[in-house]
Amino acid sequence: MQQQYLSILVTFIVTGAVVGLMVSLGRLLGPTRPSAIKGESFECGNPSTGSAWGRFAVKFYLTAILFIVFDVEVVFLYPYAIVFRRLGWFGFVEVLIFASVLLVALLYVWRKGALEWD
Amino acid sequence: MGIEIAIAVLKAVVVILLLLGLAGMLGWVERKGSALIQDRIGANRASVFGFAGAGLVNTLMADPLKFLVKEDLVPAHVDRFLHTLAPCVNLFPVVVAFAAIPFADTVHIAGRAIELQAVSINIGLLYVLAMMSLGVYGVVLAGWASNDRLSLLGGIRGSAQMISYEIGMGLALVSVVMTYGTLDLQGIVRAQGHLIGGWLPAWGVFYQPLACLIFLIAGIAESKRNPFDMPEGESELVSGYFTEYSGIKYLMFFMSDFAEVGLVAGLMTTLFFGGWQVPYLLADGFHLPWGATVALPGLVVTLLQVASVMVKVLFFCWLQILIRWTLPRLRYDQLMAFGWKGLLPLALANVLVTAMVVLAVQG
Repeated sequence: MQQQYLSILVTFIVTGAVVGLMVSLGRLLGPTRPSAIKGESFECGNPSTGSAWGRFAVKFYLTAILFIVFDVEVVFLYPYAIVFRRLGWFGFVEVLIFASVLLVALLYVWRKGALEWD
Repeated sequence: MGIEIAIAVLKAVVVILLLLGLAGMLGWVERKGSALIQDRIGANRASVFGFAGAGLVNTLMADPLKFLVKEDLVPAHVDRFLHTLAPCVNLFPVVVAFAAIPFADTVHIAGRAIELQAVSINIGLLYVLAMMSLGVYGVVLAGWASNDRLSLLGGIRGSAQMISYEIGMGLALVSVVMTYGTLDLQGIVRAQGHLIGGWLPAWGVFYQPLACLIFLIAGIAESKRNPFDMPEGESELVSGYFTEYSGIKYLMFFMSDFAEVGLVAGLMTTLFFGGWQVPYLLADGFHLPWGATVALPGLVVTLLQVASVMVKVLFFCWLQILIRWTLPRLRYDQLMAFGWKGLLPLALANVLVTAMVVLAVQG
């Protein structure tokens, strides 16, 4: 078991080193000639007004919340997928009830119009 | 202990170089492939002393070197740490997830069983999904840290799209796990080694065709490629969430785009097309269905298996590039509607039908 996770740790460290190397190489090898115009945000020539860190539409938040709910459902389905042969039809009916509760939730959200993206 | 760390480091380095090389080559394949599809020539100016090497000069020298020596332009008024962190967080999970793809059967060298898989854990599929989910952070960070309204919009849209299709992908893979009963990628590939009816290789696509299709669509949507590349919006949002990046950071975003193409291709081959399984090839040679056998030494079998993985991965990379340059872009509301109202119920129905069929067959 320890050997399995050792390979993950080694892969993480090697990948992190490669990625860090790429960024620092870019910083070292490129010229650095900052100017006022280069420092502005790119808006195809239009002068930008105000800060960008303002408000944005609430429907993104709604999408994120819906994602949480359905992703938790998917997470619960994974252990079931591994042991479902042992649980047989009884387990299947239980998971069917679980999935149908969430399906009703999806239908409710659908009818309420939360999945509409105007 | 030391030799095991050395083997792990060697495997990790080989896989990283393989994936980054694949990403670089795919950049050139995309340019030439799109040129062929659009009936033009494409990039053909890069050459060394008149030798263009079929695009190798462009891929290995011209393109990366150009990006490496450009000025690392960081606009004023940005959060510098987040701005630098975003391309790293974008590239890191994709490379680390690709490390879990198995390239051949277990090799026995000097009495030690070595898996040709940089990350060989028994929860491989869950690990891959977790790493792909981390990719969302890179998109949001890039859009947020750029201090630009258009980048922020691209980043938010991109992350919303990615999480919407992640559910469909997760559900499609649940039915794959149900079919094979294990999360271990090496185990799933091994289970595709037998023959159906004596002649058809038992690849995953014959057991789970719908899951294969859903996974391909969701995978293309995850990597935000056409027809799902609204967040990148080449004609609308300049470059979307990576507008404010230049030089090596821009290359890292592009590399992670192509690396994710490679990752989706790698997962398609591993889960649905037999991975390193060559049809009729067993550990000691070919066992053809009409009775003939061709004995092969172990090393040749391993090399054939690795070649099989590479051929299949390249095929699916090419397929994704073909899809990109053939289909028009989906509008954003069409995209989100397809993910939530189309793929999610379909994948859930697939899971329940798979469970019913397996239980009925099992008795």
